[in-house]
Amino acid sequence: MFHQIMNFISLWTLPLILILILTLGLAKKVPLYEVFTDGAKEGFKVAVNIIPYLVAIIVGISMFRASGIIEAIGGLLTPFLSHFNVSADVIPIMIVRSLSGSAALGVFSDIAHNAGPDAYTTKLAAVMVGSSETTFYILAVYFGAVGISKFRYALIAGLLADFIGIVVAVLVCNYMF
Amino acid sequence: MNYIFYFLITVSIIAGAINGKLSDVVNAILTGAELSVKVAFSLIGIMAFWLGMMKIAKQCGLVKIIAQIIKPITKRLFNEIPEDSPAIGDIAMSFSANALGLANAATPIGIKAMEELQKQNIDKKSASNAMCMFLSMSTAGFQLIPATVISVLISIGYKNPTEIIAPTLLVTTIAFLSAITIAKLFQRFWTPQVAQNHIKKEKQGGEI
Repeated sequence: MFHQIMNFISLWTLPLILILILTLGLAKKVPLYEVFTDGAKEGFKVAVNIIPYLVAIIVGISMFRASGIIEAIGGLLTPFLSHFNVSADVIPIMIVRSLSGSAALGVFSDIAHNAGPDAYTTKLAAVMVGSSETTFYILAVYFGAVGISKFRYALIAGLLADFIGIVVAVLVCNYMF
Repeated sequence: MNYIFYFLITVSIIAGAINGKLSDVVNAILTGAELSVKVAFSLIGIMAFWLGMMKIAKQCGLVKIIAQIIKPITKRLFNEIPEDSPAIGDIAMSFSANALGLANAATPIGIKAMEELQKQNIDKKSASNAMCMFLSMSTAGFQLIPATVISVLISIGYKNPTEIIAPTLLVTTIAFLSAITIAKLFQRFWTPQVAQNHIKKEKQGGEI
């Protein structure tokens, strides 16, 4: 039952928001088509503006991931983290989830398929992936769009919060599952 | 950022050489560069769509209503931004989109919010306190229902996939609140921004 309600919500959120915006707009006599296309014009400009920033960050991260360093760090952390019921499979997620959303989801899919639905590892990985955003991607896109190149403390704050998220995820999962 | 950029590339090359993966690292330059353009281009359409919708939402007053509701919170978090700034509305919309799991909508609206914050920024090259706060909140990724993760769990035959909602929500809430606290703390202790024209004057003075 609960499951069906969740499905219903995730299917209908977006359509209902669109209906709400358009109906309100029509009621307030907003020239919908004109205003929409006027706003949409900026889409191209913004997307092109962020390319240099995306190239810098995505190339850096791709190289970092290809270098095998994540596996090396994972190997170093395994003995320590095994005290907290964190298996070696989950460690790449901890590192990669701030760098690349699709990679984190990929690792999570692998774990889910290999470890199976009943494994604690699957649950922990699910919570870790579900509770995070890709810090580096957001940083590159949001700051790139407005041409900010000095991040000040934004990255450190984001990564610290990510780290706290990982620690809390381990504690919560240890307690709940 | 200079150090991070340097670090990412040099460390990758050195580590790649040690691990015997240097050719993979070099290939990653091309795939990474291609991927960046793909990401940017895939954003064009959806960005245009949501920026158009946002403009309607703004003109019909919906954004203002949502901004009013969360005003008590935003007033404290973004104390450097005037209360009636359009940035507040965009920030509010961006978080609603994030919380509802509409990642496609959250990015364009978030960028719009950044543009509004940039208008009030005194140094256009460096991030203002409000921008850092907004970014830390966005990267914490507050989301009510982790829809993608649930769909993967369903695909492997997980019996009760909704049981991960509660722990995920708890973790994401704590991470989100920590992000706000950390940003607020840094705001107090980090070197403040210097106005841009002030820097220019100094430079001119130095040349003479």
